[in-house]
Formats: sequence, C-alpha cells, structure tokens
Amino acid sequence: MVTVLARAGIWLAVLFLAVVGVAMAADEGFAVHMGIVAFAALVAVWFTIGGADYSAIARGILKMPDEGRYDDDPVRWGMIATVFWGMAGFLAGLFIALQLTWPILDLEPYLNFGRLRPLHTSAVIFAFGGNALIATSFYVVQRTCRARLAFPGMARFVFWGYQLFIVLAATGYLLGITQSKEYAEPEWYVDWWLTIVWVCYLLVFVGTIVKRAEPHIYVANWFYLAFILTIAMLHVVNNLDVPVSVFGSKSYPLFGGVQGALVQWWYGHNAVGFFLTAGFLAMMYYFVPKQAERPIYSYRLSIIHFWALIFLYIWAGPHHLHYTALPDWAQTLGMVFSIMLWMPSWGGMINGLMTLNGAWDKVRTDPIIRMMVMALAFYGMSTFEGPMMSIKSVNSLSHYTNWTIGHVHSGALGWNGMITFGAIYYLVPRLWGRTRLYSLRMVNWHFWLATIGIVFYAASMWVAGITQGLMWREYGADGYLVNTFADTVAAMHPMYALRAFGGLLYLAGAVVMTANVWLTIAGKLRSEAPMRDAAYDPAADKPIVGAAQPAHA
Amino acid sequence: MTTIVERHKTLERNVTLLGIGALITVAIGGIVEIAPLFWIDNTIEKVEGVRPYTPLEQAGRDIYVREGCYVCHSQMIRPFRDEVERYGHYSLAAESMFDHPFQWGSERTGPDLARVGGRYSDEWHVQHLKNPQSVVPESVMPKYGFLSESELKVPDAGANLTALRRVGVPYTDKDIEMAVADLKAQGDPEADAGDLAARYPKAQIRDYDGDPARLTEMDALVAYLQVLGTMVDVNGAAAQEELAQNKSGQEKSR
Repeated sequence: MVTVLARAGIWLAVLFLAVVGVAMAADEGFAVHMGIVAFAALVAVWFTIGGADYSAIARGILKMPDEGRYDDDPVRWGMIATVFWGMAGFLAGLFIALQLTWPILDLEPYLNFGRLRPLHTSAVIFAFGGNALIATSFYVVQRTCRARLAFPGMARFVFWGYQLFIVLAATGYLLGITQSKEYAEPEWYVDWWLTIVWVCYLLVFVGTIVKRAEPHIYVANWFYLAFILTIAMLHVVNNLDVPVSVFGSKSYPLFGGVQGALVQWWYGHNAVGFFLTAGFLAMMYYFVPKQAERPIYSYRLSIIHFWALIFLYIWAGPHHLHYTALPDWAQTLGMVFSIMLWMPSWGGMINGLMTLNGAWDKVRTDPIIRMMVMALAFYGMSTFEGPMMSIKSVNSLSHYTNWTIGHVHSGALGWNGMITFGAIYYLVPRLWGRTRLYSLRMVNWHFWLATIGIVFYAASMWVAGITQGLMWREYGADGYLVNTFADTVAAMHPMYALRAFGGLLYLAGAVVMTANVWLTIAGKLRSEAPMRDAAYDPAADKPIVGAAQPAHA
Repeated sequence: MTTIVERHKTLERNVTLLGIGALITVAIGGIVEIAPLFWIDNTIEKVEGVRPYTPLEQAGRDIYVREGCYVCHSQMIRPFRDEVERYGHYSLAAESMFDHPFQWGSERTGPDLARVGGRYSDEWHVQHLKNPQSVVPESVMPKYGFLSESELKVPDAGANLTALRRVGVPYTDKDIEMAVADLKAQGDPEADAGDLAARYPKAQIRDYDGDPARLTEMDALVAYLQVLGTMVDVNGAAAQEELAQNKSGQEKSR
C-alpha cells in the first residue's frame, strides 16, 4: 500500500508541477509541452491507483514476480514501439527528401524542412534505434545472465518515460522548440527528463547483471553497458545550459563558439559511436550467433576490439570541424584517431562475419541471417568510408556536401536498420510464443527492397556530394569561379529525386515488415514453401532458479 | 596474449570494475581534446569589433535557431580560395565567441551565411524569405512568409540577455535594463534609440521588413542576417595586422 501511495504521490506531484507550468508558461510551446506532461502524469496516476491489487494488499500478500520466467512485457512493447517509430521516422525521411526535390511540399511554418529534419533524425536515431536498443538490451541481459530483470517497475518506467521523451522532442521540433545542436535538439526540461529515464535504465541494466546466474558477463553486455554509460556522459555535458525562465522553453547553452562546436561534435560523433555503434554491436553479438547457431568467432578479438573501439571513438569528434576555426592541433588529433578507428570497427565486422564460419550456406537459405550479414557488410563499408572522409584533404571536398548524408545513411539504413530488422524478426515469434514468423518469404522481400533502396540512396548521394564539392571549387580558364551557388543547387535535383526513390523502396520494405510483424503477433501463419529458420527451444529459454550466485557480483 | 585474456576475466566477472573501466576509457579523449580549448590563449584570436548581439539581433538569432536554418546553412567559411572568393574572408574563432549556441552548421544545402550581412538589401531578404523561388528560381528553400505576419513576441528580452550573461556573454547591467527598449528602438527609425549605437557599435537602426508600423519576426531575422560577419573589419589593414601578430605570436609560443 505504501509503495502504491508513494508512486501515486510522485505522479500527482508531477501532475501538479505540469499544471503550474501550463498556467505560468512564458511561451505557447512550453504550455503545450506541460499539457502533454500533465496528461502523461494523469495516465500514470490512473494506472498506479487503478492497477493495484488492493485485495492482495489488504490480505498482506506481497505479489512476487515469478523468478522462473523472464520479464518480457517491456521487450514486447519495445518491439511494437520500434516498428511504429521506425515507420514514422522513415516516412518523415521520405517526406523531407521529397521537400528537397520539390520545395512546394514545404508547408510553413510547422512542416518546413528546417523543423522536420530534426524530427526525422530524432525519430530514426532515438525513437526507432533507442527503442530497439532498450528492448533488445532488456531481452539480451536477461538471457545472457539467466536472470529476471531487476526493478520491474523501473523497467516499465524506462519504457514509458522514454516514449514521453520522444513525444516531447518530436512535438517540440514542430513547435520550434530546439537548441539547434544536431541530434541533441530537445530543450533543457526534456534533457532533464531524459537524464532521469536514462539513470533508471542504467539501474535496471546493471541491477540485472548484478543478480546474474552466469559467472561471466557476456560480451554483448559490455557493449550495452559502455553505450549506456557513455551516452549518459555525453548527454549531460553537451546539454549543460541556462534556461531563460523555469516556465519557458528557451535556454542558452553553457558552451558557445569554438568550445561549443567541439563539445557538440564530441557529443554528435559519439552519438554515432555509442548509440549507433556500440549499442548495435551489442545486438549483433547476441543475435548473429543465435540466428547462425554458431559461437562468436573470437573471444580475444572481442576483448581487443571492445576496448580499442570505446577508447578511440571518443577522440574522433573534431573531424566534423576540419578547416574550421577549431585549432589545427585538435583537427589533426581528430583525424588521426578517426583513421585508427578503422581497425577496431573492422574487428567487430570480422568477428560478426566470421561467426558464420561453417554456416555460410544459411546466407542462401535464411533471409534473417542474410539481413544480418548485409548489416555487417554495410557496417564495414561505412566504417571504412568514415575514416577516409576524416582525412583532411578528402574532407575539404566532402564536407558540407551530400556525401556526408550518403555516408550517414549507408550506416543508418544499412547497418542500424538491417541489424534491427534482423533482431525484430528473431524476437517477435519468440516473444509472442509463435512457432515462426507469419512469412519468411516476406522477410526476403523486405531484404531486397531495403538493399536496393540503400543502393539508390547511397549512390545518388555520393554522386551528388562529389558533384557539389567539385562544382563549388571549379575555376574557369579566366581564373573566376565557374558556378553560382544556385547552379549547384539545380544540379542536385535529379540526385534528390533518385534519393527519394531509394527512400521509398526502403520504406516499402518496412511496410512489408510491419505487416509481417502484425500478422505474426495476431498468430497467423502464411502457408508457404518453407525456408529454414534457427531452432528454438522454449524449455531452455528460462532463468536458472536457485543456481549458485557468482563469486564477484 | 593468454594472460590478457586471463586478466580480463576479472573485469568480466565484476560489473563495477567493468563499468568504471569503460567510463575512464571513454572520458580520456574528451578531456584531452576539449579542456585545453578553455585555457590555450590562442584558441580565439584577439580582434577588434566582436560585440554581443543587440536584443533585436538576438531575437532574430533565436528565430534562426527555431526554424532550423542551421540544418541547411553553414556559418563557417573555410580558408580555401574558392570559399573566400565566394563568401568572403575565412571565419575567425573570435567571430562566434559570443554565439550560444554556435551556428557553424554541417551542411550547405544552401550557401554559407557567415558573411551574408550587408550583401543584399533588406527588401531582397524580405522578398527571398517570403518566396525564395521568386528571386532564386533554382532554390529549394521553404517559404517563411509567416514571419512578416507574426508580431515579434519576446517574453522578456532582459531575461534572455541575463541568461546569456550567465553563460559568458558580456552584457552590461545597462544593456539588460534597456533590453526591452533597445529591442523596439532598433527596428523603428522614428523612435529615440538613446545610446544603443554607442553600446552596440555598428548596430543598424532601421525598419527592416518594410512595415515601420509593426515590429515583426521578419524585422528580427533580417536584422540578424544583416549583422552576420560585419562586426570585424576582416579585410581592413588593422585587422590583418592583428591576425598576423596573433599568428607570429603562436609561432613564437611554439
């Protein structure tokens, strides 16, 4: 009873503060946001009070979770959220790609490109990617520790709190609430909220590791742990700012000018390095061996590449600021470390790909493995392209151009997207207790739509970027610049159209996935000629109860 | 090799050690690269002319941030012949020292704006923001006509400057006290601007959006665009000399 009251009390306090926020708001956007928070707090109060089992409390029965089963509710919700936000993010991406092709699609003020682009990037990175990471980490940490999630209530708060963060961030961009730091656009109060959610996430994750029944912490969990810790550090430092008013959305960042730029790209590059790389490598380290039914290729390689990757990545930020007013020594340091980063990145790719040793035939027969292998291939390609682009002379051409956009998307669509799709296809039948996916052949369709989509996307943006870079610096025999800036914009038009077509294919693949996941959850099975899938034994998919605790917990 | 693997088992069995080890490992790079920027003197050159933004320019800057202009426009000219000829003198660190947040950008879907101030007339900017394709047919920029229709609403101009002072922008007490009056006066040539021009050297006091009766978001944004890159007389002899001195100072300090 006390816990129910305490929880309801906290939510009532949040509700009260939010209502005060609405009443005192200095700007409309803040009022809208506090309204959303108030609504969320109201729902939380409702579920806290309405969802409690009072008869059990009255009889003094402490409802204990069944330690003999994994706690998969937050994972199931996370899977649905991943698919939902993925669709939203891809759709936003396609729409802004079309806006650049036909600017008549910009609808001022709320649906202008400048407000929608952060919506797209946040939706795919933090909503799609973030939900995939949280859900898979909760799944993987339980299986690899053979223990139920620690702090189940907190795990649920992490899921719903994170969704609230996404809604506040997304609505904020449309309302013009942004601090303009790329991939860290949400304003101060949303940053504070995310910090609370993230600390709870860390507690649930570490708590589960502490109560593990396996003596060793599996390599996937090293990567998840590094991802959670580093994102916490980056988020807090990059979002240090001074609000204009506690009742207003506006704030000014503590770091400005050259220092602000380096702090931002230290954050920005490591949002890539830890959110989109370390976290997704953790997924790779669990789902690739599982789906291939082979152990990880090299344990030593995973040790070396883990420590090398997390050490080197953090230095690479300045390569976003080549030839700017950032001091040369910092630029050079960023370049050198970016090039060194190539090796540990490929260490991860090699460890993943070589895991298929002896099982390469599955690439032909298992579309899920094929997706994971393609993800690793794109990971390898973009982690080669990245160090190359960080070389100052290459960067002088590529910086500010669409080449960067192409590079990012070969990583995001190819690596993050494909490995997430693979994990979703692996998880959905298992989480909902289905014998298999609704259709493996639809996975095959998804694979080809996505792959061809990425080829169109990346190829058009490479051509666009190099064209831009060369046209900007083109001199005629008379010693004058040949092209006006507007000429270079006009030259982009066909490439923008091809890029949008690639995005359309990728989105179409995601639609096929959504249908497949939906029908699998609904318990339907498409009658089709079988393609093989990895074996699954529900009897072994349980924590060990009463097993000896590890010596050093 | 085997010993590393054996020793690593200690970390693999202890989540506290693993977590602390990872945190130390990821902290090093940032500390080495970022911290020195705050105490190495020649990180920011010493040049004449950089001043905090006037309240109207700052309001315009807030609109620039709100609309995500940085998504397509950089404000950082690199020291290449083509960029210097296209956009003007390469950007100096000093020119964005009071920029919280910095707006260097990462893409040039549109051209660089670091020195756009004074290059076009106010009328051109207003027409271009209302309908970019009407002046640049190839443009893919969205329309921003609503800025002309929106009254400039700054809840508390003084509070904005106070917050900026807290993060290190040297606004004086007088600047903060006068913020609301300064905001109105800069966009209205009829009003008494007081000592605005003295406190903010080179501040341009005029109606920007073609409608002197109203102070709109268009006024603020154009005021901001027109000040970009104009504070430091980068091509003046004095500035060139200062830059040369800074540079030789850097070499001496090596």
